Amino acid sequence: MRDRVIARRPPSRLRGGGLRQAGAAAVLALLLTGAGSASAGAEPDGEKIYQRCFACHSVERNRTGPRHCGLNGRAAGSVEGYNYSKAMRNSHIVWNKETLDAFLANPRAAVPGTIMAYAGVKKESERAALVDWLLALPPCE
Amino acid sequence: MSESQIIVPASAEIPTLRRRSFLTGLGGLTLSAAAVAMLAGKESLAAGTSGNAEADVNILAGALAAEQEAIAAYQLGAESGLLQKPVLDLAVTFQGHHKEHADVLASTISKLGGKPAKAKSSYDFPVEKLKSQRDVLEFAAGLEKGAVSAYLGAVPLFDNRDLATAAASILGDEAMHWAVLRQALGLAPVPSAFVS
Ligand code: HEC
Repeated sequence: MRDRVIARRPPSRLRGGGLRQAGAAAVLALLLTGAGSASAGAEPDGEKIYQRCFACHSVERNRTGPRHCGLNGRAAGSVEGYNYSKAMRNSHIVWNKETLDAFLANPRAAVPGTIMAYAGVKKESERAALVDWLLALPPCE
Repeated sequence: MSESQIIVPASAEIPTLRRRSFLTGLGGLTLSAAAVAMLAGKESLAAGTSGNAEADVNILAGALAAEQEAIAAYQLGAESGLLQKPVLDLAVTFQGHHKEHADVLASTISKLGGKPAKAKSSYDFPVEKLKSQRDVLEFAAGLEKGAVSAYLGAVPLFDNRDLATAAASILGDEAMHWAVLRQALGLAPVPSAFVS
C-alpha cells in the first residue's frame, strides 16, 4: 500500500523539495489516501462523504454545480438548465461506477478543462462508498 | 428538538459570548487586513507570475459562487425571525466574514484578468425545511462544513502558491464558523483531528 500511495503522487509535487519534504509529503499522502491510522475503523458512509460536496452541489437543485438526482446512467453535462463547461459537455462520459470513480479520484485529470475546482476524493474506500451512494440516487422529480 | 436545546448549554454560553465579541472587535479586522495583503495587494499576482492564471481564476470563481451563496443563506437566516440573540449576532458576524471573503475573491479575479460573477438575484434554498432556530443552525453548519471541504479541495489545485495560502486562510475561518455552529447546536464543536 505504501509504495502505491507514494507512486501515485505526481512527481512534480516532490520536485525541488529535498528529502525532508518528500518524507512529509509521503506521510500526508498516507493520511489522505487512507493508509494511515485515521482510516481504521468504521466503514465509510457515502451520504456523509457527500457533505464535502455541499458547498456546490445538492441532490435536488442546481447550485454552483449541477444537481445529482438521476445521475446513474446519465450522459455527463446533460442536466437541463445548468451551464456546464465545454469540456464536460463534450466529454462523452456516461456516469456509472467506473466513470464516477475515475472522475472523483481526480476531476481535472479525468475531464481536462472542467470547471469543477475540487482535488477529488483520494481515499479509495471513501470514494467507493460515495460512488455507490450517488448511483443509488432516485431520478429527479 | 426542543427550543431549549438550541441555545448553547449554560456552561458553554459564556465563553461563546466572550469569543464572539473578541471576534467582532478584533479578529475580523485583523484577518481581513491579512487576507487583503495576501490576495488583492500582491503585485506578483497582477504580473501573472506563472503559467495557469486562467485555471486559478476558475477555482476562485467557484469559491466566489459558494461565498455569495453563503451570504444569501445567512441573510435568509437573519431575516427568518427564527434566530434569537446571541445566535443572531453570530450569524451576522459570520455573514460579514463571508462578505469579506467574497470581496477579496472578486478583486483577485479582476486582478488576474477575469470577470467576477455577481451574486445570483435569488437562491433556491430548502426554505420549507427551515422551521426553527435549530434547522437554520444545522443548515448553516452544513454549508460551512461544505465550504471547508471545498477550500480543502481547492488548495492543492492552485498554480499560484499565494492563492493557495489565501484559500487556506479562508478555510481556517470557515472551520471556526463550523465549530461554533456545532457548539451552538450542542454537538462536539470539533469532532475530529482532521477535516476532509
Ligand atoms: C467548488 C465547487 C464544487 C465542489 C466542492 C464539488 N463540485 Fe462537482 N461540480 C462542480 C461544477 C462547477 C461542476 C460542473 C463541471 C463542468 O461543467 O465542467 C460539477 C460537476 C460534477 C459532476 C458531473 C455532473 C453532470 O451532470 O455531468 C459530478 C458527478 C460531480 N460534480 C460530483 C461531485 C462530488 C461527488 C463532489 C464532492 C466530493 C463534488 N462534485 C464537489 C462544482 C463542485
